[in-house]
Amino acid sequence: MSHVLPPAEGINLPGLLLVFAVLLPILGLIAMLGLRALHPERVARVVAPLGLLLACAILAEVWEGRSAIDYTLGGWAPPLGLKLRADGVSAVMLVLAALVIGAAALFSQHQFRTPPDAPGDTRAPFAFWSMLMAMWSALNLVFVGEDLFNFFVALELLTFSAVTLVCLDGRATTLHAALRYLLFALLGSVLYLLGVGLIYGRYGVLDLALLSELAQPGPITLAAVAMMTVGLMAKASLFPLHLWLPPAHAGAPPAASAVLSALVVKAPFFLILRLWFELLPAPYSPLAGQLLAALGAAAILMCSVVALGQSRLKLMIAYSTVAQIGYLFLVFTLTAGPAPFAGLGWTGGVLQLLSHALAKASMFLAAGLIAEDMGHDRIADFSGLARRQPLAIFAFGLAGLSLMGLPPSGGFVAKLMLLSAAAASGQWWIAAVILAGGVLAAGYVFRVIGAAMKDRDGEAAQPAATLPATGRHALVLALALLALALGFVPLQPLALFAIGRGELAQGQP
Amino acid sequence: MSEPFALLLTVLVLLTAGWIVTVRERRAAVLGFIAYGLLLALVWIRLAAVDVALTEAAIGGGATGVLLLRVAARLGDLRPMSAQPGRMLKWLAGLVCAGVSLALMALVLALPDPAPSLAGAAMEPLARTGLGNPVTAVLLAYRALDTFLEIIVLLLALIGVWSLGPDRFWGGRPAAWYEGTPSSALTFLARVLPPFGIVIAGYLFWIGADEPGGKFQASTLLAAMWLLTMMAGLVAAPRTGSPALRGALAFGPLVFLVVGLAGIGWGEGFLAYPDRFAKPLILLIEAALAVSIVAALALMVAGPAERNTP
Amino acid sequence: MTHSLVSAATLLGLCACGMVGIGLYGLIVRPDALRKLLSFNILGSGVFLLFGVIGRRGAAAGLEGDPVPQAIVITGIVVAFSATALAATLLVKISDAENALPDAGREEDEA
Repeated sequence: MSHVLPPAEGINLPGLLLVFAVLLPILGLIAMLGLRALHPERVARVVAPLGLLLACAILAEVWEGRSAIDYTLGGWAPPLGLKLRADGVSAVMLVLAALVIGAAALFSQHQFRTPPDAPGDTRAPFAFWSMLMAMWSALNLVFVGEDLFNFFVALELLTFSAVTLVCLDGRATTLHAALRYLLFALLGSVLYLLGVGLIYGRYGVLDLALLSELAQPGPITLAAVAMMTVGLMAKASLFPLHLWLPPAHAGAPPAASAVLSALVVKAPFFLILRLWFELLPAPYSPLAGQLLAALGAAAILMCSVVALGQSRLKLMIAYSTVAQIGYLFLVFTLTAGPAPFAGLGWTGGVLQLLSHALAKASMFLAAGLIAEDMGHDRIADFSGLARRQPLAIFAFGLAGLSLMGLPPSGGFVAKLMLLSAAAASGQWWIAAVILAGGVLAAGYVFRVIGAAMKDRDGEAAQPAATLPATGRHALVLALALLALALGFVPLQPLALFAIGRGELAQGQP
Repeated sequence: MSEPFALLLTVLVLLTAGWIVTVRERRAAVLGFIAYGLLLALVWIRLAAVDVALTEAAIGGGATGVLLLRVAARLGDLRPMSAQPGRMLKWLAGLVCAGVSLALMALVLALPDPAPSLAGAAMEPLARTGLGNPVTAVLLAYRALDTFLEIIVLLLALIGVWSLGPDRFWGGRPAAWYEGTPSSALTFLARVLPPFGIVIAGYLFWIGADEPGGKFQASTLLAAMWLLTMMAGLVAAPRTGSPALRGALAFGPLVFLVVGLAGIGWGEGFLAYPDRFAKPLILLIEAALAVSIVAALALMVAGPAERNTP
Repeated sequence: MTHSLVSAATLLGLCACGMVGIGLYGLIVRPDALRKLLSFNILGSGVFLLFGVIGRRGAAAGLEGDPVPQAIVITGIVVAFSATALAATLLVKISDAENALPDAGREEDEA
């Protein structure tokens, strides 16, 4: 294959924003590692706002230019080198990641503060903050990467940081959860890498943009994408590969659970989207899309029912995550047609991703506040909670609206769009599943709120007075309100989510 | 002439893999794994990938082997992660896995011929990097971001390992290798081998720019020598919180970042090297990375801090 | 000459597929976590070898193999080692927790 060297990249300022989005958290990590006296939470206090600023700048750049921005690393153009690229959806994901990680960082300033008298860092704070930084960088790389092997490295960064956060408290149950998570994730990585190998053997290229021009339907391509998809499914915990998620997400500290459920499981899903819409020669087989959608439907129904039966709040929220991930996989059968990115199915899927991320982050943080106050998270013993912690329960309920798909909430708009797309394409079984999932979600959300509204019977051991609201309560409420605000998005395909995708969709021969 | 060798290697590798999976004792399986790593190194030589062969022998066989031997010796009974499968289930799993292997084989045989390759594309600009070894050029120029992140993966895993230690020993030293005194043979080896190891590592590092070898192979060798002296009790494992160690770990990625960012200042872009200085800059990055890699590899095998002795 | 080279690469490609199957089998069938970890490593090495074979098939431009897959495998081996070290330490910690005397217990149970 002949290949011409491009001129050196020069100063491409918008493109450099992508580079900094990936590097900034790592710089924070290096500072934490190298300089013990800095205290990691202070480093995070600097990195988090800067990262949010970067993400917003990228989004503004993409929106104003109405086109994707990209950067060729070291001037080595693909296929030999690596490229970063942000289209509309990537830019939105970057902002989402910055928001959720920023919230997690603010929430944890207190819980993971290095004791002021400590000579250097201490175990749990150091591990928490360094892993949070690495996770952020890896997420950003997944959102702006273009190279299949580069994604592999990002996925491994995600795995190691997530697993460490899961067992941060060192209890035997969380250690087991972490080990199970690690083995699942590693198996997923290996399967993914196997697919990458076959793609390289077939095309000699790993860059997604080049592959979308080269890829031909054929046994090797299809088998490779199938393997990568199954590997990523294990990491995204799509039913029936979800068994590792509930104990892991329930065992982590609240801020970590929020990031894991809101962002970390979305990264592999995001990659599956990219493989299916960019690598696979369009249009992919409707049967394969329906298979993924059927697994998603099974996740919605079965895991919602299991969530209903949980006695612990954090486990219930974690099962709800698996159910809500199911909705995302409905996208694969709701985006048929010549212009998938201009349809309601695509916009609905992306909105579901965003609103679930914000709502679920709010819920896990609320659960953290509750568990800290009560000393447990047994739903049956929540009586009197609504009086003690009105804000946490209120935020929990608001976030619950998104899961149920009730107005006004991002979840409502997202699910309505998915519903319309299902109806428009005559797939009534999907419409039925979306509705049933909403009813089940209402069941588990109201169960918690109902238990919290009950008055404490008799026992006067603890004062039933309202706890003072703190900044952390405001934070939890803010996340829930953001999820709510997404409900005011107009009910039509969003142009933002199609930026940088139009040429991909129409560029197919 | 070379095909019988490939056939022999294939049979040996598969038999060893089968042995590791089926043998009853953990220790036997780990010893099998070390042999397996060495066999794989031969396979890589047969594939004319000497860089990979060195890495596989050093990390795949050596470092992983030492790590697993240490772990196997310390492990007690573990709660099984899955149920002991019955005979039926084993057969079923065997059939499924054989099916996977066969399907993969069909795909491998269906790969296009002539194979697509970036060999030409990688050789064309090689002169611009000043390097003679295209694998090093891929690692440090064309796909430098992968390599940078790989070091971060290594550091992250080390932090993960450290975080599994008890709170009260954070920043302290990893556990001693043996409870009693190490054998005299080990002590002898630990006194004799390191000087040779250091010389060979220096050689591997130096030729890596132009010939097979490089920072990973050299670093692993150095880490192995360090571990050997730790095992023999000649030197104590360093305090995981010591500023020097922390600095060494951060040094490699920091230099990599600074050189990468300097590329922007030169108007060439992030991770771009000006042609005239490409080789010295790459060697500088490799040397800095080697410092971090040696520390990370050795300490990952040594394990989390478990004592507080000064 | 070239033909024999190609078929040796093909043979090792089949070997890689066998390694994947054996590793997968161990991962499914053996209940012991350490054995699962070893099986994962066998599975991983099979995938790496596949990259190696693909690189060897891509010999061109005076090189005996395509350097890109080789570099990818070097990165992959280091990542796999990191994963193994993390998992192995996790195993040790679990084993210590399960085999400890009741009083030599855990860090304080905060949840």
